[in-house]
Amino acid sequence: MDDFILRAMLAGIGLALVAGPLGCFVVWRRMAYFGDTMSHSALLGVALAFLLNINLMLGVLAVTVTVSLCLLILQKRGSLSTDALLGLLSHSALALGMVLIAFMSHVRFDLLSLLFGDILAVGNEDVIAIYACAAVILGLMYFLWRPLLASTVNRELAEAEGFNPDLTQLIFMVMMAAIIAIAMKIVGVLLITALLIIPAATARWFARTPEQMAVASSVIGVASVVLGLEGSLQFDSASGPSIVMASLCLFLLSLFASRLLNGVLGKERGQ
Amino acid sequence: MQLIEMDGVGIKRQGRWLIQNVSLNVKSGEIVTLIGPNGAGKSTTAKTALGVLKADAGSIKRKPNLKVGYVPQKLAIDWTMPLTVRRLMSLTAKPSKGEIDAVLEKTGISHLIDSNVQQLSGGEYQRALLARAILRAPDLLVLDEPVQGVDYSGEIALYNLILKIREELNCGILLISHDLHVVMAQTDTVVCLNGHVCCSGAPEQVAASDAYKQLFGDPASQSLAIYHHHHDHSHKADGTIVPSKGNSGDCCNHG
Repeated sequence: MDDFILRAMLAGIGLALVAGPLGCFVVWRRMAYFGDTMSHSALLGVALAFLLNINLMLGVLAVTVTVSLCLLILQKRGSLSTDALLGLLSHSALALGMVLIAFMSHVRFDLLSLLFGDILAVGNEDVIAIYACAAVILGLMYFLWRPLLASTVNRELAEAEGFNPDLTQLIFMVMMAAIIAIAMKIVGVLLITALLIIPAATARWFARTPEQMAVASSVIGVASVVLGLEGSLQFDSASGPSIVMASLCLFLLSLFASRLLNGVLGKERGQ
Repeated sequence: MQLIEMDGVGIKRQGRWLIQNVSLNVKSGEIVTLIGPNGAGKSTTAKTALGVLKADAGSIKRKPNLKVGYVPQKLAIDWTMPLTVRRLMSLTAKPSKGEIDAVLEKTGISHLIDSNVQQLSGGEYQRALLARAILRAPDLLVLDEPVQGVDYSGEIALYNLILKIREELNCGILLISHDLHVVMAQTDTVVCLNGHVCCSGAPEQVAASDAYKQLFGDPASQSLAIYHHHHDHSHKADGTIVPSKGNSGDCCNHG
């Protein structure tokens, strides 16, 4: 295996491991469009990073966290509906990012790779950053699992019984922002939420508890990354769409398999 | 022992008082029932007592380190989250296997331990939620409409279960209900709410009061009618108070 493929694989696997449990919460909390909004604003982060000459991931992290906080505050004030707010923030951040990029004619941007990911762009330091980030996020998830899950089931119940849902939500947002920052090079800003949602949705068919779903979704995510990157090399397609296609295939397969499984079990029960 | 003391509590949202001047106490081993029509602020009052909502007026005292078990009014668990009854039990606490078995036995749903919560019937689900709440051995149990979606006989069984729990745990119970006949007899204190406390006291007392009759209609109180008092106000459709002239009631003063 070539070096750059190995790096891409390693990076993708690290990403999928974190995306599993995080994606489950995105599904449970119905935050798919929230994730989209955050990831679209990542482009603005890239532009700002170049403009201010700071680290790319830091730029993205700062912008996505800001956007998610804006959304939380606007949501609390309750003037516009959440989907309208999401649309507003998502597209204006994307547009502002594009405009800023256009202004910086001295920097060459490969826009397609920003939008759809590029395995060739993954360097050694990216792999290290991804695994460092992954370790921190997984550690946080481990320690915050109970409060996170409780406040996902019912915010008020969690608060009444001694947790702090506001704080858990804030930490969750920052974790989302972090995964977006590290996922950008691999799947691109337009497709990051797919990597969060599709493996989690696939895992739902086989899981009996939230924990099983989180682990299964990590495993499915890793499989999607491996299959997708192989496909991307085979067909010379962009890495992001290839990974998403692979996870979609797994989802459809599992849909079929679970139907079959339920059918068999149903017949057994019927007899 | 006093678990919660609410004194003149009010909650204001968008310039409108959801509840105003609400005072109530819950002691250990006591069942306090909040009754009132839809939109009277029953859930709001309960959430304020729990500290989920911050009071905009008045004061709330809670026993230090008060351990709470809460059954919210709406707890719809989305199908996307796989959750068995067993896993539901350890949502906010870490009970042992023996404790889970015991509490399910007590609430009569041992056979459902491995069922998905989304597939339970209304009564089974309420029992599961109740089991989860008492598993923490709470000082205070807050039950927001614990018999919703349960038929009449199931309702009585659930109330009996709640009484049994009170005896065993000696916890205080703040119970919210909009139907009364079953609840009243076993309740220590009834608080009749419609944006403010219309009247409160022992069940017979409240059932006989004009405020109660106005809220729930005369037939509802016939069986328990014991004593009457004059009433100093009536309510508009939105719950605002319209004072009437001349007289004042025993428990309906709004100051």
